[in-house]
Amino acid sequence: MKILLVGNPNVGKSVIFSRLTGVHVIASNYPGTTVSYTRGFMKVGEETVEVIDVPGTYTLEPTCEAEEIALRMLNTGDIVINVVNAINLERNLYLTLQLLEKHIPMVVALNLWDDTKHRGIDIDLGKLKAFLGVPVIPTVAVTGQGIKELVENIPQAILPDAVVRTPDERWATVGSIIDQVQHITHRHHTWSERLEDASVKPLTGGIIALAVLASAFLVVRFIGESLIAYVLDPSFNNLWAPAVLKLSHLMGSGGFLHDIVIGKVVTGEVNFVESFGLLSTGLYVPFAMVLPYIIAFYLVLGLLEDIGYLPRLAVLLDTIMHRLGLHGYAIIPTLLGLGCNVPAVLATRILESKRERFIAATLVSIAVPCAALQAMIFGLVGQQGVQYVAIVYGTLFVVWITLGIILNYVVKGFSPELLIEIPPYRLPQWQAMLKKLWLRVYGFLVEAIPIVLGAVVVINILYFLGVFNAIASFTAPVVTGLLGLPREAVTALVIGFLRKDVALGMLAPLALSAKQLVVGSVVLAMFFPCIATFVVLLRELGVVNMLKSAGVMISAALITGGILNLIL
Amino acid sequence: MYDRKLITLARMQPGRSGVVVQIQGGHGLVNRLNALGIIPGKKIIKISSMLMRGPITIQVDRVQVAIGFGMAKKIMVELD
Repeated sequence: MKILLVGNPNVGKSVIFSRLTGVHVIASNYPGTTVSYTRGFMKVGEETVEVIDVPGTYTLEPTCEAEEIALRMLNTGDIVINVVNAINLERNLYLTLQLLEKHIPMVVALNLWDDTKHRGIDIDLGKLKAFLGVPVIPTVAVTGQGIKELVENIPQAILPDAVVRTPDERWATVGSIIDQVQHITHRHHTWSERLEDASVKPLTGGIIALAVLASAFLVVRFIGESLIAYVLDPSFNNLWAPAVLKLSHLMGSGGFLHDIVIGKVVTGEVNFVESFGLLSTGLYVPFAMVLPYIIAFYLVLGLLEDIGYLPRLAVLLDTIMHRLGLHGYAIIPTLLGLGCNVPAVLATRILESKRERFIAATLVSIAVPCAALQAMIFGLVGQQGVQYVAIVYGTLFVVWITLGIILNYVVKGFSPELLIEIPPYRLPQWQAMLKKLWLRVYGFLVEAIPIVLGAVVVINILYFLGVFNAIASFTAPVVTGLLGLPREAVTALVIGFLRKDVALGMLAPLALSAKQLVVGSVVLAMFFPCIATFVVLLRELGVVNMLKSAGVMISAALITGGILNLIL
Repeated sequence: MYDRKLITLARMQPGRSGVVVQIQGGHGLVNRLNALGIIPGKKIIKISSMLMRGPITIQVDRVQVAIGFGMAKKIMVELD
C-alpha cells in the first residue's frame, strides 16, 4: 500500500512526512523546498506501508517540473493525505476538491492549526468534514500535535464520491464552503507583518536585503574561521600530527605505500596541505578546511530558509534576474549552489521553462563556487591577502552577470514572469534547524569524504605512473601560454573533475604567485563541474543540453582565465 | 457605469485595496493566477511594487503573492 502526502507548496508536507516515517528530509519555509519525492515507511495497524512526500502543487494542472512530478505520483497512490494550510483554507481547498474528484481514499490534515487562533481564524471542523465527506484532522506538524490522530484515521480514509467540476464551479464550491465553515475576526497588524511588508518595498526592502546578506557573509566567515582556528587546527597540529609522524617512521619514512598513506614528508614534518597522503591532506582538507565552512554556511542558510526570507529576496532581485534570462526565484538554486551545486541543479525544477532551467543550471555550474571550493579559496588564496579573494569573487560575479546576459540573448525563448507565494515570517525552531544542519553535514561527510580519499589515491598513482607529466606536456600551450600557470597546474584541473577542494589543494605545493592562484581558482571554479554535479546535470538537462552547457563552461573558463592572466 | 474606478494592478498605488474584476489573459495565465487564489471577485491589497517594472506584491486572503509586472498589467481591479 502506498500513501501520498499531497498539498499546496509550503504547507508542511515534509515535516508531516518526517513525523510519520522517522525519515528526515529537508524542510524549509518557502514554496518548492521539495522538488523530487522521498519515500519512507510507517506502520498502520499491523501493516507496514510506504509513504511518499510529493512536491507541493497548487492545482492538478502542472506549471513546472516539480508539479508534473506531483501529478505523476498521484496516479500511483492508494491513499492520499491531503495536507491543507489552515490559515489559507480558501486557496488550499481548490486542490482538495480536485483531489476528491480523483476518487482515491483520502484524509485531510489541517496543518498549522496553532496559527489559526492568533490570526483570528475560526474553522468549524464538523461542518468542514461534512462538506468534504472525508476525515479532517487538525495538526501542528512541527510540534507533533495531531499526528497520532492522523495515523489513527488513515484506515478510516474514505473513498470520496465527488462529481467532476469545472474550475469555475470548483471556486464557487470553495466560496460556499468557506462562507459556512470559516469565520475571521479582524485584528491589528503584528510587528512581524510590518516587517514582512517592509521586506518587499523597494527602499526598506533593499536596506534589509543588504543587511541580511552582509551579516550572513560575516557570520559564515566568523563561524568558519573560529572553528578552524580554535578547534580543528589545534586538534590536527597537536594531536594528529605526532601520531601521523610516528606511523611515518614505522612505515620507513618513504616509498610508494608510505606516500599514499602519509604523503611526502618534508624535513621531518607532515604538511597537512601539501603532503598529499590519505592520513594527512586526505583528512585535513575535508575535516579542517572544508567542514567548518560547510557547517557555518548551512547554519546560516537554514536560518534564512526557516525564517522565510528567501522568497522576498527573489522579489527584490527579480528585475536583475530578468536580464539574465531568469526570474527572481532563480535566486534559490543560486544560493543553494553556494553550498553545493548538486541540490542547486535539482532546485532548478522550481523554474517553469526548460530554457530557464538550462540557463540557471549552467550559470550555477560555472559561476557559483560550492562551499567546499570557497573554503579552499579562503584558506589558500586568503593567505596572499584578502584583496585576492575579492578578485576571485568579483570575477565570478562579473562572469555570472555577463554570461547570463549572453545566454539570455542567445538561447531562444523568453523568461517567464515571477509568480510566487510569499510565506509569512516564522520563528525558526532550533531543533528542526539543527536536524536539518546535521542532515546536510552528514550528506557532506558520506558523499564527499570517500571521493576526497579516492582522489588522493588516484593523484598518487597517476604521479607514480607519470601520467600527469604526459598530460602536462600535452596541455602546456594552454595552461602555460594562455593562463600563465606552471604546466603542473593541469593536474589540478584534471582532479577538479573528482573534487574541486582537493584540486585547489594541489596548487598549494606549486609555490604559485598570488596572481597565479587567482587565475587557478577562477579557472578551476568555472572549467567543468565536479563528477557529482556532472551526473545531476546530465540527468536534468539531457545529453545534448549538457554538452552545450559544457561547451559554454570550457570556453568561458579559458576566456576568463586568459583575460585575468593579461590584466592582473 | 463609468463611475466604477477600474485600474490595472500594475498602475494601482501601493497601500490601496480593491476587488479583482477580470484577468485579461489566456487560459494558462488565468489558471496560474487562480491557483494562487487570484480570481474575479477576490478582495486584494497592493503592498508594494519594485522599481523599474519589477514585481508587485499583493495580499490576497491571508497570504502575500508576488506577481511579475507583465502579469499585473493584465489584472483589472476595481478600487475600493
